[in-house]
Amino acid sequence: MEFTEEQIKRYARHIILPEVGGEGQEKLLSSKILLIGAGGLGAPCGYYLGAAGIGTLGIVDFDIVDLSNLQRQIWHGTKDVGRYKVDSAKDSIERINPDVKVITYKDKIDSANIKELIKDYDVIVDATDNFPARYLINDACHFMNKPLVYGSIFRFEGQVTVFLPDKGPCYRCLFSTPPPPGLVPSCQEAGVLGVLPGVIGAIQANEAIKITLGVGNTLNGRLLIYDALDMKFTEMKLRKDKCCPLCGENPNILDLIDYEEFCELYHHE
Amino acid sequence: MDGLFKENDRTDNYAKELNIKGEICPFTFVRSKLALEKIKPGEILRIIVDYEPAIRNVPRSMTDQGHKVLSINKINDTDYEIIVEKGGKK
Repeated sequence: MEFTEEQIKRYARHIILPEVGGEGQEKLLSSKILLIGAGGLGAPCGYYLGAAGIGTLGIVDFDIVDLSNLQRQIWHGTKDVGRYKVDSAKDSIERINPDVKVITYKDKIDSANIKELIKDYDVIVDATDNFPARYLINDACHFMNKPLVYGSIFRFEGQVTVFLPDKGPCYRCLFSTPPPPGLVPSCQEAGVLGVLPGVIGAIQANEAIKITLGVGNTLNGRLLIYDALDMKFTEMKLRKDKCCPLCGENPNILDLIDYEEFCELYHHE
Repeated sequence: MDGLFKENDRTDNYAKELNIKGEICPFTFVRSKLALEKIKPGEILRIIVDYEPAIRNVPRSMTDQGHKVLSINKINDTDYEIIVEKGGKK
């Protein structure tokens, strides 16, 4: 492809990088990334993916912008309260970069639609805030062999990693089944520092871009844990579990599972 | 090319020639790098600039990224040529 004059200027700082260059920028412009969740993690992640010139950015979220979201979900404004999050998100990305084709899905993900949602995308980003969604996305990405960038936040602590099917552990290697309902409080009950998803979501964008470019070392096999109070990053080695019910030697999860929602009030984070 | 540099041209066989007069840094390097991506390792790119700092900045960045700067010449009152051989496996 030939860059337009505007693209040469827009992506100059990427093109200069030896690891990106014009060729890498072309890869970004022809890539398709699906962001599941247009909230706290989705906002910084989607903003950076859009600014980077990801060619097609799908965004999935059924939720509506609430005033209490704005403390952390930075791509929605006060005037967006009451709108669908995906519509507000699309406007924000298009304001930054008209090169990006934004496709919105006002769907709640479940076992019936998840495969259809992810099938056309190269990289999937889990920016949700609840266990049923995490397991569903992890399992679907495993079955469909899609790279998955995982992130989660809680109070002052964030976790982020990358799952590459067949090349490393999956989410179930780490936690084979969801915790019982009620054991883990949701963000709504527990609170979250507004900046925290900014840090974790930006790391998710970073990893999604590296996977797309095929450069550097991703977080595959490593769980990065961020403590915003002590301002510390720690890393846990993740190993593929031979007994993993999904990707182990004798798997017993052969199809998608819809777990029950743990909290009736949950919203996508 | 518009013929302006004909008399200064050497007999080298350039794979590509890039006139980016009027362009400033870092876009001089950005455009040069994009032009280099279109040729093969070992082939030669001739870059013409009129922004004086570019004759230091572009060669430095080219060298940093594994290319070989063959020469830098002033070719008339306002313009310079930078001759670069693309690095990498031939």
